[in-house]
Amino acid sequence: MADLSIDFCGIKSPNPFWLASAPPSNSAYQVNRAFEAGWGGAVWKTIGAPVMNTYNRYAGLDGPEQKLIGLNNIELISDRNIETNLKEIAEVKKNWPDRAVITSLMVESDKEVWRDIVKRTEDTGCDGIELNYGCPHGMSERGMGAAVGQVPEYCSMITEWVTEVASIPVIVKLTPNITDIVQPARAAVKGGADSVSLINTINSIIGIDLDSFETVPSVGGKGSHGGFAGPAVKPIALHMVSAVSMDDQVNVPISGIGGISDWRDAAEFMLLGATSVQVCTAVMHYGFRIIEDMIDGMSNWLDEKGIRSVEEIIGKSVERITNFGELNLLYKTAALIDKDKCISCNLCYIVCEDTAHQCIDLKPFDGGVKPEVREDDCVGCRLCFMVCPVHGCIEMVELDSPAEKTWKELEGELSDPMSWEDLREFQKKHGIEIH
Amino acid sequence: MTISLKKISPEEYRKNFADMKPALSESAAIVEAGRCLFCYDAPCTNICPTHIDVPGFIKKIMTGNYIGSAKTILSENILGESCGRACPVEVLCEGACVMNDKDELPIKIGQLQRFSTEWRRNNKKSIFDIPESNGKSVGLIGAGPASLSCAAYLKLNGYDTLIYEAEELAGGLDAFGVAEYKLTLKSVLDEIEMIKEMGVKIQTDTKVGKDISFDELLKKHDALFIGIGLGRTRSLEIPGNDLNGIHDTIDFVKKYKTNPPGETAVGKNVIVIGGGNTSVDAATAAKRLGADTVTVLYRRSESEMPAFAHEYEHAKADGVNYQWLTNPIAFMGDTDVEAVKCIRMELGEPDDSGRRQPISVPGTEFTIPADMVFLALGQVADKEFIKSIPEVGFSNGKIVADPKNGKTSNPRIFAGGDVVHGAKEVVNAVQAGKLAAYEINKFLSDEED
Repeated sequence: MADLSIDFCGIKSPNPFWLASAPPSNSAYQVNRAFEAGWGGAVWKTIGAPVMNTYNRYAGLDGPEQKLIGLNNIELISDRNIETNLKEIAEVKKNWPDRAVITSLMVESDKEVWRDIVKRTEDTGCDGIELNYGCPHGMSERGMGAAVGQVPEYCSMITEWVTEVASIPVIVKLTPNITDIVQPARAAVKGGADSVSLINTINSIIGIDLDSFETVPSVGGKGSHGGFAGPAVKPIALHMVSAVSMDDQVNVPISGIGGISDWRDAAEFMLLGATSVQVCTAVMHYGFRIIEDMIDGMSNWLDEKGIRSVEEIIGKSVERITNFGELNLLYKTAALIDKDKCISCNLCYIVCEDTAHQCIDLKPFDGGVKPEVREDDCVGCRLCFMVCPVHGCIEMVELDSPAEKTWKELEGELSDPMSWEDLREFQKKHGIEIH
Repeated sequence: MTISLKKISPEEYRKNFADMKPALSESAAIVEAGRCLFCYDAPCTNICPTHIDVPGFIKKIMTGNYIGSAKTILSENILGESCGRACPVEVLCEGACVMNDKDELPIKIGQLQRFSTEWRRNNKKSIFDIPESNGKSVGLIGAGPASLSCAAYLKLNGYDTLIYEAEELAGGLDAFGVAEYKLTLKSVLDEIEMIKEMGVKIQTDTKVGKDISFDELLKKHDALFIGIGLGRTRSLEIPGNDLNGIHDTIDFVKKYKTNPPGETAVGKNVIVIGGGNTSVDAATAAKRLGADTVTVLYRRSESEMPAFAHEYEHAKADGVNYQWLTNPIAFMGDTDVEAVKCIRMELGEPDDSGRRQPISVPGTEFTIPADMVFLALGQVADKEFIKSIPEVGFSNGKIVADPKNGKTSNPRIFAGGDVVHGAKEVVNAVQAGKLAAYEINKFLSDEED
């Protein structure tokens, strides 16, 4: 069995799966239950400034076949006393010495207040501190959370206040509500952060009730934007994690967050550079017990791949990500439909006809008709492959590629600036016809 | 000897005749609708005789647009609620569903159709804007599904429509000929109310030819539509066929559907003669009404039986016995039937219908005790009535009319439904009525030019 343990900037954890700082890690009772279930670590729900919550604080985005593909919340940081939280954190750490216990903090932007809370936090014996610069609602209106994360200078400054006094690793949690995630990541590192975690939730309004015209949920007739999380945000989070991984100025471990629901999601985040991953929505949907398959599935997959330690996969796919200009424009694929598997729903036909490149025909087959791809006209866009409801019916077949040429190379070789005529000439030469 | 009959209690009746396919809850309907792939050029739509846009109405369930869903259905099939329940979906839309090729259960199209149409009824929504009268009038004869459909679609084009029905209640076989556990009489009568609310007038207890003549009808109306369906079940010309206890299946199904629950008596040992879908309706009803044994006699073998495979499965599940290659040769008894004398058959060369002809095997006679017999040998058209229709042809037991538009040799008279295409499903009659409505509209509009 593969070794799932990790060392995250000095924080040891028996597996890379942590509870994210969120409602599931609100109390010792919950974190104890999570650790009993097998979670490797927990980032305690953010403690700090006094807050009061509203009722109706969550809303879900449902798909036709799966509930909670997204979760919106307007819950604030912990509404329990700091003393109670710190006492419980100390107890939990004492009872679970092998697990990663990290305390998330958010206080007003005052150096002394920050230094005071850091010292009190360290007294619990916890393994690390996460600075919550991400909370996009409520706290940000009060100059905390995302209000800090969105301004790299504040991000550096407050991180510095903390790292000057902290003796345990400091993680800075980043908000995705920003144009370029790399900027606040660099600012955190500049402020002395030992690591970054991302992403926090995305500004969102889940919906409007079409009877009452009120927001969903409605807090006594009104609503406020919240933070969006869950499976639907995973692609955004993966991109941001990869962007931070690829940046040569941010050379610190990353804790990946955003829509991680199972071991496969976790593996993807780790392949793009995360050392640990944090989970919230999935446990809010199914409970802590999902950790069993996360551990088991990850371990079996690693065994299958002949990988001895989960740490070996960290960042393995980063080199696979590049700029568009570096992609081989002459790499060719075409869709191939297996008519024996095809059930004639004709979705591939209609989407190609209406919205892609009109290269699928309905051809007589076995007394009826079945879709067939005109390979010469297929641009390999993959749309039909995506909409086909039958597993393995449409395959993207790799065609012989005449050569290798990227846009960057083309720019140097063809006319400058690029002319349509020269480009068409190049395409013609390589058997590419755009119509 | 008097016939010993049995009755079940009203409670048992309600239990035994409860919906075979229960109504879907709203949440179940949404989940089921979510399974639909939304096929393009969908096979369910193509195979439906009325060509309802099935993926279209299902998609609307998913978006909560139930009224739009009901309209999508009713625009093509005004008896969409009946058909959602009574259609043999196993051999139509659901049988054609691509999910069958995906090793998954087909989408429950019938039940989804019922969901939307029932939602309309329960929420008392009217679907169509009925235009002002265009001053033209169409008379329709027989208030079965073909005429109801024809009248409704004519109404949408502004025609005044009046249906003449010989019976006390409208509905024809849709109301009285479908097993109650598939389609309740009440839901059909409610559906007819919807059609009446559209402005279609129905005059019951009016027999054309007796209470009103064709001459009068042709004077009163600009065009006529004949949707009288078929008549009585073919009789069996064998000794003893006038004994008490021998019934026409159509009469029996109508009787138990219209009687209050628990009022319909049934024999202890029931014999049903014939192997079609009507035979299944009679056999299962008899069993559910309390008969101890129900035996279906069919002169050919299982593979020639015209009943749908799924109907045969219902019958078997209800405990109905089948005697293949068995022909009744006499009914025995003094005044009441007591037994049926039968003879075994064997199959010879194929006949005109392509099925192998049954031939009696001498010396194989035997009797089966019976205190009630249902004849389910197929209905025959009312030849005399049809011959009284001016300038309309009659051939091969049916009115001669173009199945694409209902045109007969009399330019002002159209026809459709069972009386033209023979015994088929409600959905076929609805389509025939709809196509005739389009043609009548064309004919009367052209006349104007």
